[in-house]
Amino acid sequence: MPKLHSVAELQEFRAEILASRDLAKPCIAVCAGAACDGMDSAAVAAAFLAEMDKQKLGGKLEVRTTGCHGYCEKGPNVVVTPGEICYFEVQPTDVAEVVAATLKGEVVDRLVYKDPNTGAQAVHMSEVPFYKHQMRLLMGDNPKIDPMRIDDYLAVGGYAALVKALTEMTPVQVLDEVKKANLRGRGGGGFPAGSKWETTRNAPEKTKYVIVNGHEGESAAFMDRAMLTGNPHKILEGLIIGAYAIGAQKGFMYTRHDMPLLEKHVRNALVQAKEYGLLGENILGSGFDFECELHFDVGIFVSGESSALMRSIEGNPPEPRPKYIRTSVSGIWDKPSNLNNVETWANVPQIISKGADWFTSIGSEKSKGTKLISLSGNVVNSGIVEVPMGTPLRTLAFDIGGGVRDGKTLKAIHFGGAMGGSIPADLIDAPLDFDGMSKLGAPIGAGGLLLMDEDTDMIEVARYLLDFLVNESCGKCAPCREGMPQMLHILTNMTQGKGKAGDLERLEDLAEVTGLGSLCALGKTSADPLKSMLRYFKPEYEARIVNIAGGSGT
Amino acid sequence: MCERDIDDIIEKYRGQPSSLIHALVEIQHANHWLPREVMHQVADALEVPFSQVMQIASFYKAFSLTPKGRHEVHVCTGMTCHLRGAAKLQAMVEELTGLKDGETDAESRFTFETGACLGSCSIGPELIVDGKHYGRMTPEKVEEVLKRYE
Repeated sequence: MPKLHSVAELQEFRAEILASRDLAKPCIAVCAGAACDGMDSAAVAAAFLAEMDKQKLGGKLEVRTTGCHGYCEKGPNVVVTPGEICYFEVQPTDVAEVVAATLKGEVVDRLVYKDPNTGAQAVHMSEVPFYKHQMRLLMGDNPKIDPMRIDDYLAVGGYAALVKALTEMTPVQVLDEVKKANLRGRGGGGFPAGSKWETTRNAPEKTKYVIVNGHEGESAAFMDRAMLTGNPHKILEGLIIGAYAIGAQKGFMYTRHDMPLLEKHVRNALVQAKEYGLLGENILGSGFDFECELHFDVGIFVSGESSALMRSIEGNPPEPRPKYIRTSVSGIWDKPSNLNNVETWANVPQIISKGADWFTSIGSEKSKGTKLISLSGNVVNSGIVEVPMGTPLRTLAFDIGGGVRDGKTLKAIHFGGAMGGSIPADLIDAPLDFDGMSKLGAPIGAGGLLLMDEDTDMIEVARYLLDFLVNESCGKCAPCREGMPQMLHILTNMTQGKGKAGDLERLEDLAEVTGLGSLCALGKTSADPLKSMLRYFKPEYEARIVNIAGGSGT
Repeated sequence: MCERDIDDIIEKYRGQPSSLIHALVEIQHANHWLPREVMHQVADALEVPFSQVMQIASFYKAFSLTPKGRHEVHVCTGMTCHLRGAAKLQAMVEELTGLKDGETDAESRFTFETGACLGSCSIGPELIVDGKHYGRMTPEKVEEVLKRYE
């Protein structure tokens, strides 16, 4: 592939790709997302390719290995286009039948969705309950893209937003559009991305950096790696546009070291983008230069914290800095560094393409756009869900999630992993909203949503989460390093039936001090799950205190 | 993994102190652990103090300062796996292998590790051996799986 030197060359090339594709030609997309991969979807994909070979079907059929489709519970997932026919739990032995039916334009009934209660079938993606309540602006392209092929991304309109930004907009106009869209950071804080960009843009230093935070350490959050693995160019496009608006010359993608497929796809995407002239010097003849490097987290939770992450990129241990030093002004090697989460960057291309007015028409009053949610725990349909902000949790848990597994009752909803919070089932009608959920004590965080059933022991959950954080604390500051083990000690005693009078008061004390005194968010929010539980589930905690007045003890 | 591969990795980053983590990650991936003499070579080539190499190598969990077994057995202890019974799975692995989290047996057959979260929550709880996922595991099925790895 020759390098694209101008916007015109890119448009021409895109037209060639589209002209060479026959949309009526059936395509079988096999999901290779983390869960499907774990269910050996690779064997399914290999079986499809072997069948194609055997029957010499190259001209009649296409097989594509793609990123995560979303409905992880029912993997390995296969989607056949045209028609977006969804097949679930496909095994290599099903392959011949699917191929035969696809060639005849028929459907393999036994592999499509059946309602567990009524038995009603849903053949097309738009009819499957898990998908039909979603708005898949970010995830929707995944089944259409082989993440190893940049041409697939170009075929769905990829890099058109970059073209628009470079040719029709000044950096300030791009920045203003993102500000106007009120795009809020998807990594946990919900801080407006536009304001952050502006701070870095206005910082006096000439050398500036932009960073994709794809660390995703939050337990039970798996949407960022699904985006990065399944559609790496979308994030890269967002990053390049951001760099243009901010005036950054270099970017870093910081992500997990333990996902071989993710690493392969992102490395490949960076190489391809460079070959095509979308990275490097004079991008598409615009005069804008930008490079991007890949870095890995090396297995420690706190390195997802922005200042710690930057130390890690420098090659140092990931110890956070106090927050009064703003990374957007003084980050990597003390240069202004703008960091956003994977999902935040993924939103940028569509904001530029379709405009801030379109973006702000989706979502709730103060939280715009869609949100990716990793739905798991004791839920019937786990997977990655994308819904407009403001969607009631009930829709997520029941309409999409199908309710609680094994016919049990919902006890609590947990958001935000080890630094999030749990709310009781009766708050199920609360809307998905950054500020609203924070007020309730279960901040969205990165978007890991867990349903917990009637058998869940809330003291054990708090103990488990603290145990995780104790092991992940970097140890730099005392309130975090010492405060958390003390809380853990008390909670461990309580789970072993050794809770004693005064424990709850001490827990509340420790939670407050650790929150106030810790340097970074890990320590500051370490007791948030506990606080939410003492707020909503206090009787359960009190019942675990031996000899408490009026309590039964256990 | 032969010494030449390690040398190649170190050569690639010669004179680049800021690439310390990159170099160590690549060596860890290729060799599965970081021998002390290799870390000395890294320190010399990348021009960083040995103490800094040790600081990084001992701080980040992905690095191992001791040799690993032929097979790496991993139980995901992420939140969903936990809710779905990972603790029982872990107990069974510990019982069958006689290993606690982080240990390697005397015959170097298995290294056992736990960690969160690998993001395949939908198929949790999970046992992962040498990168191969065994999803929706029950304690009863563990022995059957481990038998396949000698």
